Amino acid sequence: MLELKTYRTQVHNDWCPGCGDFGIINAIQMTLMEMQLEPHRVAIFSGIGCSGKTPHFVNAYGFHTLHGRVLPIATGARLANPGLTVVAVGGDGDGLGIGAGHFVNTGRRNLDFTYVLYDNGVYGLTKGQASPTLPKGVKTKSMPAPAIIERVNPIAMAVASGYTFVARSYALDVRHLKQTLRAAIEHRGSAFIDVLQTCPTYNDINTKEWYGGEDLPVKAPRLYKLEDSGYNGVVADPSTDEVNAKKGNALVKSFEWGDKIPIGVFFKMEVPTFEDQLDLRMPALRDKPFVEHDIYNRDITPLLDELT
Amino acid sequence: MIGGPQGSGINSVAETFAKACIRGGLHIFANIEYHSNIKGEHSYYRLRVESKAPHSHVDWVDLLVALDRETIFGDLNKAHPTHRGHRHEVSPGGGIIYDRSLNLTPESCGRDDIKLFPIPYMDLLVDALKEFGKDKELSKYQVMVNTIAFGASLGLADYDFDLATEAIREGFTGRKAALGDLNVSAAKHGYDYARKSFGEEAFPTKLRRQPLSGKRMMIRGVQAVAIAKIKAGCGFQTYYPITPATDESEYLESHQKDYNMIVVQAEDEISAINMATGAAHAGLRSSTSTSGPGFSLMAEGLGWAGITEAPGPVIILYQRAGPATGLPTRTEQADLRFALHAAHGEFPRIIIAPGDVIETYYDTFDAFNYAEHYQVPVILLTDKFLASTYQDVPPFNGDNLKVDRGDIVSDSDLAGSTDYRRYRWTELGISPRTIPGQKGGIFWTTGDEHDEYGHITEASDIRIKMMRKRMRKIELAGQVIPDSKKATLHGPRSAPITLVGWGSSKGAILDGMEDLKSDGIETNFLQARYVNPFPTDYVQQVLGSARRKIAIENNYSAQMAGLIREKTGIGMDNTIVKFDGRPFSQNEIYEGVKDIIKNGMKEVTVSHA
Repeated sequence: MLELKTYRTQVHNDWCPGCGDFGIINAIQMTLMEMQLEPHRVAIFSGIGCSGKTPHFVNAYGFHTLHGRVLPIATGARLANPGLTVVAVGGDGDGLGIGAGHFVNTGRRNLDFTYVLYDNGVYGLTKGQASPTLPKGVKTKSMPAPAIIERVNPIAMAVASGYTFVARSYALDVRHLKQTLRAAIEHRGSAFIDVLQTCPTYNDINTKEWYGGEDLPVKAPRLYKLEDSGYNGVVADPSTDEVNAKKGNALVKSFEWGDKIPIGVFFKMEVPTFEDQLDLRMPALRDKPFVEHDIYNRDITPLLDELT
Repeated sequence: MIGGPQGSGINSVAETFAKACIRGGLHIFANIEYHSNIKGEHSYYRLRVESKAPHSHVDWVDLLVALDRETIFGDLNKAHPTHRGHRHEVSPGGGIIYDRSLNLTPESCGRDDIKLFPIPYMDLLVDALKEFGKDKELSKYQVMVNTIAFGASLGLADYDFDLATEAIREGFTGRKAALGDLNVSAAKHGYDYARKSFGEEAFPTKLRRQPLSGKRMMIRGVQAVAIAKIKAGCGFQTYYPITPATDESEYLESHQKDYNMIVVQAEDEISAINMATGAAHAGLRSSTSTSGPGFSLMAEGLGWAGITEAPGPVIILYQRAGPATGLPTRTEQADLRFALHAAHGEFPRIIIAPGDVIETYYDTFDAFNYAEHYQVPVILLTDKFLASTYQDVPPFNGDNLKVDRGDIVSDSDLAGSTDYRRYRWTELGISPRTIPGQKGGIFWTTGDEHDEYGHITEASDIRIKMMRKRMRKIELAGQVIPDSKKATLHGPRSAPITLVGWGSSKGAILDGMEDLKSDGIETNFLQARYVNPFPTDYVQQVLGSARRKIAIENNYSAQMAGLIREKTGIGMDNTIVKFDGRPFSQNEIYEGVKDIIKNGMKEVTVSHA
């Protein structure tokens, strides 16, 4: 039985007190423990920013990559070494600003991995500029002027890009996040979780109290669970029109924002993964990943003969 | 030379002709020039055939095969003309094969010293198609006029038609075999027509088969790279479509099933290099291939591979004329400094610049060993010219090539370990690595400065140690890799003139030296093959005692000459540069050196445009 402490490191954590990141990392460690995944079979990848430090705090193979490039690096490692459970994490600026091209194209591949987006609406480590998920017109305390352009919708982008598991959760609801994370890791295919998160230092708009709906005329939490509302985003038969219908539902739902914000699974469908497609091309991959094959004694004679 | 609009099939004809020559014991050098265009713009293929293997092309043509008028006269009638055709390149006594309907005369060509060989392309094609009952489908087979012209050129050169038949058939195997018969027939129609209409004496240059000197491969740079990658056990290749690198990735993808190799078309070159680095960290030998515009995007990822001491990737940089899109389908050697300095900060990288297809094969193989042994990114610096030029060479002998995966900690050594350090201090700077998935081998890696475990640090003492550790590796590589691999002196040591060059100009320089020699000018040639680690001592030793030193480079500023000066303090006496996007020819080397020694020019720019 692997204990929670197995998944922790002794590295000093320098996130701000009250940071939403703590909720996310706790959920990651607890999920790995609940799934009893051996640390050496897990690889955590991150981009740059506060969230980028995540791998250093988790006892698993850890890759702290470049700003916006977490997905390509995770993709290469996962394809080379598919025995690993791959979890990529990154901020909203990392994934939807500088890394937006990779976000879209990684979805298209339907690689079997999980991507967790730390979505707090600001660039924290550079001291609070507007991130791609901050709504137009909003001005947080460190911004000189309100956001001048529209935000992107991570859920809609993920659905449109081809992620086959698209969910939203909340960093301060560790129970829900854990449950969502486990479903994402267990999903065969590209799983994306948009994790709404507070930044107590720079985002003074989307605070814990704001998510709790304390500013509303009738105080009530803004977040509600999709599954409690009768919404079902799971495609039962991917060979039917149901796929487009469910994608359409997810898109409509994803634009719901304001007094009521849905969390939970927006869309889910099981179809062949990128790894499955590679297996079809190269049956040798089915037995074991290339990283375990002896590919270092290849006979090139047929290639040379072709040229003579 | 065969010229025509893009899409008219000059490639297949030139390559089939080349193959037929190699089968007849002759030797070839075949390079193509084409526009960044799909259909219609002028392109031409230069095929040089010799009884002794040539290493370069020349700027004159004995037989010009024109598939259209523009090949002869250029496009001077256009609002923005780009070339004046090839009629002026035909050597006195040489000839032009062209469609009879062009009604050429010596006057219209402006040449009364060459032979004109009008061929009724369409009539002959219709005759050939009739034999197969396909003359009603003329429009479908119209492109086959290239094969009529091909046959006519064989006929004028009086070459053995059986060898051509064999070469054609090889291009049409399986379901396409019937098309092969049709092409053989078309070629025969052109062949017979030329022999019957113009007679034996019409064209004095004859091709005669000679005894085969063992097996020969017809191979170009992209294939040499790809085959070396397969031989080296590369398991992961990424790319984003770009001229002239993509052919290599497509070759690999078409053979991936036989060799178990993942080939990924990435969304951009940023992704391409980072995927490859991720795969290298995860345990596979990995690679990516691109040209200048793509490499510009890779700079950031190169730095991450450097600071994380990734065991790869191997990056193939096919230089083309820049900056930006530049001349997208033309060659240049102007990325030497860029390859050396790409990405911010300082970190070790190995850069090798092979001079021909054979060196390309061996250097690519070595690149994978270096990447894993030293845990550094390795750049193979080549160019469009070498990538796309065919030569015939003996089949590679790979028996003595050994894969060196570097220091990987075994599972048994890790058993019970709780303190593995990915970046452990070692005397040589190389830390034994683990492969993710190994129990006890957990590591962290980061583009931030880090401690032995791979955790972020900003401590100045650790920074100093880590910088020294990383930079120690390139110093070590410089000591371990022998000078014989890093640089070569061709020709007599005592020659009064030393030509200095690198990369794909090697062939033209070697052939040009022969011309100079027949003119009584003795030269030698210092070929710098490793850009980093640089063979400083060897170059210093050779150039220190050299008398006149002439740098020859396919770029504007003689970048290697600058690097040599930086490393050794030795400056060149003269430079011969070419930056018109075309490779050096044999005669340009001769002409450039003559301009310096006979005409007293200090810096020479050559171009045969």
